[in-house]
Amino acid sequence: MSTKIRIKSLNGWFGEKQVLKDINLDIEENSITAIIGPSGCGKTTLIRCINRMHEVTPGARVEGSVLLDEQDIYKEDPVKVRERIGMVFQRPNPFPTMSVLENAVAGLKLKGIRNRKLLAEKAEEVIKAVGLWDEVKNELNKPGTSLSGGQQQRLCIARALAVEPEVLLMDEPASALDPVSTMRLEDLIYELKKEYTIVIVTHNMQQAARVSDYTAFLYMGELIEYSNTKELFERPKNDLTERYISGRFG
Amino acid sequence: MTSLGVRRIKGYLMLILVAVAFIIIMIPLISMLYMIIKEGIGILSWEFLTALPKPPGEAGGGIGNAIQGSLMMVALASMISIPISIFAAMYISEYGGKLSTITEFIAEVLSGTPSIIAGIFIYTLIVLRIGFSALAGALALSVLMIPTVTIASYESLKAVPRSIREAAIALGVPKWRASLFVILRSAMVGIGTGVILGVARIFGETAPLLFTALGNMYWNEGLLEPTAALPLLIYNYATSPYKSWQTQAWGAALVLLVIVLLLNIGVRIIARKR
Ligand SMILES: Nc1ncnc2c1ncn2[C@@H]1O[C@H](COP(=O)(O)OP(=O)(O)O)[C@@H](O)[C@H]1O
Ligand SMILES: [Mg+2]
Repeated sequence: MSTKIRIKSLNGWFGEKQVLKDINLDIEENSITAIIGPSGCGKTTLIRCINRMHEVTPGARVEGSVLLDEQDIYKEDPVKVRERIGMVFQRPNPFPTMSVLENAVAGLKLKGIRNRKLLAEKAEEVIKAVGLWDEVKNELNKPGTSLSGGQQQRLCIARALAVEPEVLLMDEPASALDPVSTMRLEDLIYELKKEYTIVIVTHNMQQAARVSDYTAFLYMGELIEYSNTKELFERPKNDLTERYISGRFG
Repeated sequence: MTSLGVRRIKGYLMLILVAVAFIIIMIPLISMLYMIIKEGIGILSWEFLTALPKPPGEAGGGIGNAIQGSLMMVALASMISIPISIFAAMYISEYGGKLSTITEFIAEVLSGTPSIIAGIFIYTLIVLRIGFSALAGALALSVLMIPTVTIASYESLKAVPRSIREAAIALGVPKWRASLFVILRSAMVGIGTGVILGVARIFGETAPLLFTALGNMYWNEGLLEPTAALPLLIYNYATSPYKSWQTQAWGAALVLLVIVLLLNIGVRIIARKR
């Protein structure tokens, strides 16, 4: 196992407000790393710093470095960085003007790839990879937004996969889904770790315990504890972590 | 108990007020439509729509050249205004910064400009150099159309959810491609609506054409020639002393009304697709 992402002395701001404070975190390749913590503690901001989406928000600012394969992404072209580090958002956000099929390969289409055969093949590949093919194979030309919430979210994962990233960031991907869809999504995430390095934000501790290999506990913008998931949940070292996972606050 | 009674009375009063307001709005609208249809429908014929005007007193003749002129100038004004407006709107909404705030402010001020001022402006700037012409008319109409379409486009671009923009950017799509192929496309319905409303508006504008297009009793034979237009013809005929021309003015008004109505129906159809 090797380190895929190395977060070093990362600080993040919205305007004057500092929301990430000196985060240091190494993320293992082909593993699932969960980020947990109470609402507003900076989980979303942290993963958005990993693919340079944080700076897209007006007034947002980052300091420190994030190394992908030991190269600082903040010294590279953000467009290239986002190709290598895909993202799935909290609310499913398929493009409303595109069909299911077009959504799956939206990243390629939007970059100017026109070859219909190639696009259709890629779409089938990624829709199959997220286990959606049998459900939507007869609805490929319907708008992506016509699918159910769980299907939309898997379509968004397919869309991220089509760009062939190395890392997949997921921001509470199941928070808008029903329990059955959530379970399917967790199974999928578990499958995906064979090929991708996954960072998943969740405020659901059972979910973190179920799917992740490593867990980071964030509190008020600081990384309080980070270790092997089993260890963190069974033998938390920090008092705050202990109180959080036992449900005594947050 | 009493408070319930009071509330009920208030409710009735409100209902009456709303009904009265509705009637006050409907009376002029209905009577205007009634009058235009009643006075104008009799004259409608293929000849009326396609023939050149005849001198006053002579029977027959039509408004073909005015329809030609109006279509020509509106088409040209649209070709000028639509791209400029959409790019201005994208600039304001996507690229931010001081200059875009200024652009937005200018568009808002311009959209309130009285239409006669657009006419004088183009008269001074263009007509004094190249003469009365369809081109000058189209430019004057563009001055009116650009701000309205810019603002409508800007509003629709702004309404595209942040999550859609972010989805595109997070896929590693360069910003300009995301703006053009995702955001603009998502806003197309709203922009289309704005464009049609802009077109409908300039179809009926008279003031800016008075001293730019000028009017013409014959067919227009080039962009640099003066040209007839529906609103100009209505203005000239309605204020003329000839009965036959006055009747034709009603007919032309009806034609203009139908065009504007069709454009508005078009807006409804597009908007329903949302
Ligand atoms: N666009 C924004 N502008 C200003 N402050 C923000 C913005 N987004 C989030 N914040 C603030 O940053 C902090 C961290 O937010 P976030 O990373 O979304 O937390 P989490 O995902 O853990 O709930 C919160 O205090 C939140 O209020
Ligand atoms: Mg969040």
